[in-house]
Amino acid sequence: MLIFEKSRAGRGCTLFPPCDVEPAAVPEKDKRELELHLPELSETEISRHYTELAKKARGVNDGFYPLGSCTMKYNPKIDEDMAALPGFTEIHPLQPISTVQGCLEVIQTAEKYLCEITGMDSMTLQPAAGAHGEFTGIMLIKAYHESRNDSKRKKIIIPDSAHGTNPASATMADFSVVSVPSGPDGCVDLEKLKEVLGDDIAGLMLTNPNTVGLFDKNILEITKLVHDCGGLNYYDGANLNAVMGVVKPGDMGFDVIHLNLHKTFSTPHGGGGPGSGAVGCKAFLADFLPSLMVVGEKEKHFEKPKKSIGEMKNFYGNFLVVVRALAYIKTLGKEGVPEACHNAVLNANYMMDKLKDIYTMAYDEVCMHEFVMSLEDLKHKTGVSAMDIAKALLDNGMHPPTMYFPLIVHEALMIEPTETESKDTLDDAIRVYRMLYEEAQKNPEKLHEAPVTMPVGRLDEVKAAREPVLRYEWK
Amino acid sequence: MGKYVPNTEAEQKAMLSEIGFSSFDELFAHVPEEVKLKKELDIPSGLSELEVRRDMTKLAEKNKIFPLIFRGAGAYRHFIPSIVKSVISKENFLTSYTPYQAETSQGVLQSIFEYQTMICDLTGMDVSNASVYDGATAAAEAVAMCRERKRKKALVSSLMQPDTLETVKTYCHGNGMELEFIPEKDGLTDIDYLKAHLDPSIACVLIQHPNFYGNLEPARQIADLSHEAGAKYIMSVNPISLGILKSPKEYGADVAVGDGQPLGLSLAFGGPYLGFMACLDKIKRNLPGRIVGQTNDKEGRIGYVLTLQAREQHIRREKASSNICSNQALCALAVAVYLSAVGKQGLRQAAELSTAKAHYMAKELEKIGFRPAYKADFFHEFVTVSETPSEKALAALEKQGILGGYPLDEKRILWCCTEVNDKRGIDEAVQILKEVK
Repeated sequence: MLIFEKSRAGRGCTLFPPCDVEPAAVPEKDKRELELHLPELSETEISRHYTELAKKARGVNDGFYPLGSCTMKYNPKIDEDMAALPGFTEIHPLQPISTVQGCLEVIQTAEKYLCEITGMDSMTLQPAAGAHGEFTGIMLIKAYHESRNDSKRKKIIIPDSAHGTNPASATMADFSVVSVPSGPDGCVDLEKLKEVLGDDIAGLMLTNPNTVGLFDKNILEITKLVHDCGGLNYYDGANLNAVMGVVKPGDMGFDVIHLNLHKTFSTPHGGGGPGSGAVGCKAFLADFLPSLMVVGEKEKHFEKPKKSIGEMKNFYGNFLVVVRALAYIKTLGKEGVPEACHNAVLNANYMMDKLKDIYTMAYDEVCMHEFVMSLEDLKHKTGVSAMDIAKALLDNGMHPPTMYFPLIVHEALMIEPTETESKDTLDDAIRVYRMLYEEAQKNPEKLHEAPVTMPVGRLDEVKAAREPVLRYEWK
Repeated sequence: MGKYVPNTEAEQKAMLSEIGFSSFDELFAHVPEEVKLKKELDIPSGLSELEVRRDMTKLAEKNKIFPLIFRGAGAYRHFIPSIVKSVISKENFLTSYTPYQAETSQGVLQSIFEYQTMICDLTGMDVSNASVYDGATAAAEAVAMCRERKRKKALVSSLMQPDTLETVKTYCHGNGMELEFIPEKDGLTDIDYLKAHLDPSIACVLIQHPNFYGNLEPARQIADLSHEAGAKYIMSVNPISLGILKSPKEYGADVAVGDGQPLGLSLAFGGPYLGFMACLDKIKRNLPGRIVGQTNDKEGRIGYVLTLQAREQHIRREKASSNICSNQALCALAVAVYLSAVGKQGLRQAAELSTAKAHYMAKELEKIGFRPAYKADFFHEFVTVSETPSEKALAALEKQGILGGYPLDEKRILWCCTEVNDKRGIDEAVQILKEVK
């Protein structure tokens, strides 16, 4: 039942005291006439409504959540506590600089650690999400070429395996996109790359490990080829968990990078945000960074980079997300960062190894933090699709992996266990995946019906799009 | 050092050997040596939970919490009912992913559907998305969504919150849209300038209402002028003001945007906040961002899914008009809980209290020489002009633990009151200012 259907006229919470000054009149021409319909409920009813909704939601706390490319780690509780400190939550963004030295230190320290982990020289924490970071990074590349009056560079190269935000971000910065096909090994096809390189190329957007979970061994050659033609290399940090503490993107030839603090640095996803899409760059791009940079040691203050691309949003980014990420990095430290990476890769390879005798691996080689299975064969033989297996996992108390991504693998299931899962959890998941495989042979019909234990079965998405109902209508 | 890896070293070794590796080095052997780190990271050693708590608390204590705040300028201290934090701390919400797997995400999806409904209710618009990053990016995305093949220019009031103005500028520089700022006149957007510059190349007109100075714009007149010229009209509004001020729909807007921070989100040194974005039905397919729709399963049970995805980057890739995907879902949840808690009476009350306190403070300030800078009507922010240097006045307040208004220049200060500012606090601030010479 929707919250509006629970509303009863006259109910409510008592939140505000009576007015202790003379009321102010609203000018007639500006007075609201349109009736408001916000629900009228007591606190009991509101609390129960959301408790009921929470029961129909699933978080990392509920169990295994191996969403490929999403890095659904456990979210430490200390980080939540630290982000709730009044010394952070009650601070106005426009307070005098001497009264926000703690916030500035959080930003400066987080930037320093993140630069060290990524091999970058400067970092901005203003971007609010991964996609926002991508747009910021691409704007840095645009600004760089503009500053050199190199106006013919209008194209960004993006592998066909990339996430959809990559091409969309390039478009937002008015670049056209050159899509390069992946080779049979899922990595960048060097010959195809060479074909498109030229003096019209502004840069390359890449993630390494790539979206199929493989480390591209030619990475130094790739980034050099792009540099040699005058372009810059952009690192999509979606998969940084696979290399942090082991390889720095800066050492792979990347000039700009965005991070997802809500993936790699363990801040919670919140059902789809807020995250943080920190953007780092090499020194020669630092003058273009957006917004304000924290400078100074004892008395810290803000400075605008000399040739800044401008603001990407209000104020200084999703600050409380940065607080959580900083608490996380402080906890792990120089030993814990590579340890997390090692175990993320171990867990993925362990699971892959235990499944590859029955499920077809899209690329049967040592993977990084995630691997992709193709259920094309299974579907061909039994009619059971990646979707069917995913939905059946729900009935077995597990969140499905990422489905149908990357687009270059048919019937893809992309599994990223992360390092915060124990062997016991992995073994249990392996048991369920194997059981479902058997079920697909014996009883495919049953899998088409899944899920049957959720509040609803598979929903009619076509109807949702064709006859959109996007809000409740009051009678 | 702290860690969140459950497997012991012995278990890790056993797992490695079970899949044919003798060590992590061997597991990573396929990564080329020349890119591998040769020494450990130059960051401090890991800490225990107790140490992290100590460290972070120390940082928080280096900030000054002002018990009394008269500063807004884009971030507002309103009262946040306890139920808001209670709901958004629920782990099923806090630690869940974007609701792609609809069957196990009905709670998140329904809460967004309810949020969308509330935003439509507030703004009077037909369709709301599930949020964007903040008010600034909402304005920038709104400008981008109004672009047409032959209309590539936006006219934007210079009386937008400055970061919003700058963000619109950045986005337009990115996508190549032309941008012209409408100057101010007497604390309002200059209507004559607008009239003179509206032509068939204009895709949209964007204003903030109440504007950056808190003043009420001639919002209806701007709507009529924009529409006569065939341009879309975007209003960036303060959501609390919608408890008593006309909705964007009533003023004639095509798109309504704003920052949702006043609706239950803490100041938090600028974020996370949330941008709301809603529009008329006829342009809904241009609306960026996630949208939740109602549908049903085979058995006819009602359910919610992410919908109209043909607009979005994961389908359209480089042809998408925006790259936005997941953004501020938990903040949208906070806003929905806030709006449920205040209800229709409470939102009006918050708005009435805020404007009453601001008008009281303005009158009291006038008595001591901080005169209103503009004649225009205002909501809960206003500008004073005074012979007392702004910095001096504000320093006197700061000394007494009061964050005064936002200094616009040497003489002008932008003040703000909300329902949390009581008469006593206002009188106290005025008394302190009176003694500043």
